[in-house]
Amino acid sequence: MQKLLILGGGTAGTMMANKLVKALDNEEWEITIVDKYKTHYYQPGFLFIPFGIYNRKDVEKPKANFFPPGVKVIFSDVNKIEPDENKVLLEDGRVLHYNYLIIATGTKTVPEETPGLKEKLWYKDIFDFYTVEGACALQRKFKQWEGGKLVMAITELPYKCPVAPLEFVFLADDYFTKKGIRDKVDITLVTPLPGAFTKPVATKMLSELLKDKNINVESEFYIESINNDEKKLVSYDNKEVPFDLLTIVPVNMGDPMIARSEMGDDLNFVPTNKHTLQSEKYENIFVLGDASNIPTSKAGSVAHFASEILFDNIMDAIEGRPLSAKFDGHANCYIETGFGKGALIDFNYDTEPLPGTFPLPGLGPFGLLKNTKINHYGKIMFRWIYWHILLKGKELPVEADMTMAGKKKVSF
Amino acid sequence: MADKVIAGKTVQVNDEGYLLDASQWDKEIAVEIAKEIGIELTDKHFEVLAFLREKKEAGEPLTIRKVGKSGIVDIKEFYALFPGGPLKYSSKIAGIPKPVSCV
Repeated sequence: MQKLLILGGGTAGTMMANKLVKALDNEEWEITIVDKYKTHYYQPGFLFIPFGIYNRKDVEKPKANFFPPGVKVIFSDVNKIEPDENKVLLEDGRVLHYNYLIIATGTKTVPEETPGLKEKLWYKDIFDFYTVEGACALQRKFKQWEGGKLVMAITELPYKCPVAPLEFVFLADDYFTKKGIRDKVDITLVTPLPGAFTKPVATKMLSELLKDKNINVESEFYIESINNDEKKLVSYDNKEVPFDLLTIVPVNMGDPMIARSEMGDDLNFVPTNKHTLQSEKYENIFVLGDASNIPTSKAGSVAHFASEILFDNIMDAIEGRPLSAKFDGHANCYIETGFGKGALIDFNYDTEPLPGTFPLPGLGPFGLLKNTKINHYGKIMFRWIYWHILLKGKELPVEADMTMAGKKKVSF
Repeated sequence: MADKVIAGKTVQVNDEGYLLDASQWDKEIAVEIAKEIGIELTDKHFEVLAFLREKKEAGEPLTIRKVGKSGIVDIKEFYALFPGGPLKYSSKIAGIPKPVSCV
């Protein structure tokens, strides 16, 4: 019996289990998926919780609902991978052997990496919205907050869902306007990036939107620590940003198990071939989703597009062919901009987000880098698509490779 | 892309003045680029530049965090050596491409 082992039953691991169980003969292959948690979170929904648009029940379902019959499921933490021995040690001492291993253990926030973050103001005046606990605590805070300096800060790159902090400030503008206290709320986005986003065309569009909505941007601000007594952010070059209420994206790191296995870089992400998704070091190990170090967004859409490439390459590897599929870094992100509108960006390793229409050239229905109502509906509908189509590994009418059709080249 | 004479040598640079070919770099060029930015190079600067060039050669992505763990400087000292934009300025002076922020 050959063994294929998947570590991580989140978005990436679940999609792969669903794809592979259909393709591999169950007389010859045993597929096992390991995860330490039993709840699957719809993470794009976390953004909506602070503003009361979603609640906890809207983003949680049991993981077991999405694992297909025929896949062996183990709920346990992993002690470490021993890649030279082709085996994985579980926390309870069990040993799992594998012929092929897929690492899909994702990324998590590590507030302990930033001095002063997880101290006396944590979940009192300082919140994250990358965990369900943080998002729910912030919802309670927002309900009774009467205004002041609201700061949304990013500590370190890369982090999960790069547009989320932008969406957060846009939705905060909407929320406090409707609450009638926008004039008492000063909103500032603090980022280590040179601007609102990394790529020039999208940055221009988003910067104009931020300006229109009276949201300040403090760029190239690399946070050294948080001063709890004086309620301010301090950068490595001694700049300061005061806050009354701070929402933060803590440092993102790969699973500590990656470090225990000595397989990660300095942020515990696994060095991975950005085209084949094979581990740089081990031929029978592949990495999908946020756990890898590939230079594209850490986002579910990336994991989805990459899962199609990885499926082809694993079938090649199993059947003894050279790896034929090449991932282009394709990412596709809805950006909620408040007041019932949204924008959409579509890009890859080489092509920055450009204006146009998606997925059908000229028709859309979604407008790229445009602020429209239909884009917002796209984001709202996506939750249904996620639970019912995407996780189950079914086809979506969108290609894994990015296409230039429907995009307009822009020059300044 | 354009030719530029730096420290008496002709090198190719991009629109922002970053060297296109790291092998055209030498210490005199580094001193000259640093001067344009307003930095006077010390031995400590050169240690950082050597680290950056070595990591670049090995194909490792460069981050401020990584330099802070180099054992040569911590992040605060890195900022003090290259004020205003430690990674973008040090990369420019080291003759390697501007680091891309991946998000």
